[in-house]
Amino acid sequence: MMKKLLALAAALFAGSVFAQQAPDQMVQKVTEEVLEIVRSDRDIQSGNTTKILALVDEKVLPNFNFTRMTSLAVGRDWRQASPEQRQHLAEQFKTLLVRTYANALTGYRDQKVVYKPFKMKPGETDVLVRTEVQQPGNKPVQLDYSLELKDNAWKVYDVTVAGISLVTNYREQFAQEVRKGGIDGLIASIAAKNRSLEQNQGKK
Amino acid sequence: MKHMRNDLRRALLAALLLAAGGALAQENDAGGNPRDPYEGFNRAMFAVNEAVDKYAAKPVAQAYDHVTPLPVKAAVGNFFGNVGDLWVGVNNALQGKPADAGNDFARLLINSTVGIFGLFDVASELEFEHHDEDFGQTLAVWGVGDGGYVVLPLLGPRTMRDTAALGVDYLADPMRQVDPVAVRNGAGVVRFVDIRASLLPSDTVVDQAALDKYAYIRDAYLQRRRNQIYDGRPPRLDDDFADE
Repeated sequence: MMKKLLALAAALFAGSVFAQQAPDQMVQKVTEEVLEIVRSDRDIQSGNTTKILALVDEKVLPNFNFTRMTSLAVGRDWRQASPEQRQHLAEQFKTLLVRTYANALTGYRDQKVVYKPFKMKPGETDVLVRTEVQQPGNKPVQLDYSLELKDNAWKVYDVTVAGISLVTNYREQFAQEVRKGGIDGLIASIAAKNRSLEQNQGKK
Repeated sequence: MKHMRNDLRRALLAALLLAAGGALAQENDAGGNPRDPYEGFNRAMFAVNEAVDKYAAKPVAQAYDHVTPLPVKAAVGNFFGNVGDLWVGVNNALQGKPADAGNDFARLLINSTVGIFGLFDVASELEFEHHDEDFGQTLAVWGVGDGGYVVLPLLGPRTMRDTAALGVDYLADPMRQVDPVAVRNGAGVVRFVDIRASLLPSDTVVDQAALDKYAYIRDAYLQRRRNQIYDGRPPRLDDDFADE
């Protein structure tokens, strides 16, 4: 009986391990899917914000851990934020990142993404997947994703472009806002930034 | 005429030094960022550079970007990249990376010959990777601290260490040997415009992403420098505040 149970447990465990996709494969699959859609969709290429946001929402965002991203961006002050404030912060930060970077997708036509060799030790829960964006007439750009394994799924918590973390690059600016107006001040200033971006995009 | 230009240059320099002196005197004011001890001066210089960029550098770069066909742009970028590979190789050697240095010299050899004076980057096709090195990185590898962030007139973000190294990079620049002066200066302008044009796509992103553009660019610059010093593999600064 015990033996059978153990075998079952082992099978279940193995099943879950196999179900979870390797982080480098996940990054590659999502990237290629998104690029294929961008390359074949005229509306997206001409900058249709609604369509771009829908694509990002469906394909990209489910693979990100925004709470972790926001905690990294806020740094030390994250500790003093209430659960409610944390939620607001994560929401606003997500909107800011999406608004800023979604439009960059429209420029993807001739670029090629090269995936660097990836190795991972067994049992590792925090990895870096390295890629390079090659563009004709320009230097290739290093584009790396930090992922962590959480609840049996790999989620991106940082993106680094040419060595610049899009997340921790906010830390000083956020600390500045917290010094001026506390956590609520920071939430308000990101929200204000988001509103102005939305208005500008509406104009186009 | 020449006399007047010299006077003007001297006056500009004096004004700069005065401004720098004033800013340095009030360094480390309340809430000061230890990595940006000259923030007052830097913000002022940043504003000047932004104005110059808006009215001069950017429009020129945009025009260049607009009228120049892609193959020509690629050739221009390749040409200056090739000229730079010699110094990249020297710095890799100085940093104790002979294999990388060998790679760089091989690139120079291949691109200067098969690549027709560097107009085509054949070496990259042959998987000789282009490296990114300068004397500031060499100093960093030798253990020199960065000495704080500083915004230079026209040249923009640097650290104090890199500013000191800039003189060495300048002396070692093969383009300095170009004769006559008019061609050399022309080449200098083209190089500047080429670099500025390659940055055009990131302009919108920075404008949209930043809460404080000065701080955004400063921190991006410092992160990027760190990445270059560690050749694209900087150790992760592990400072996680999530307590989930």
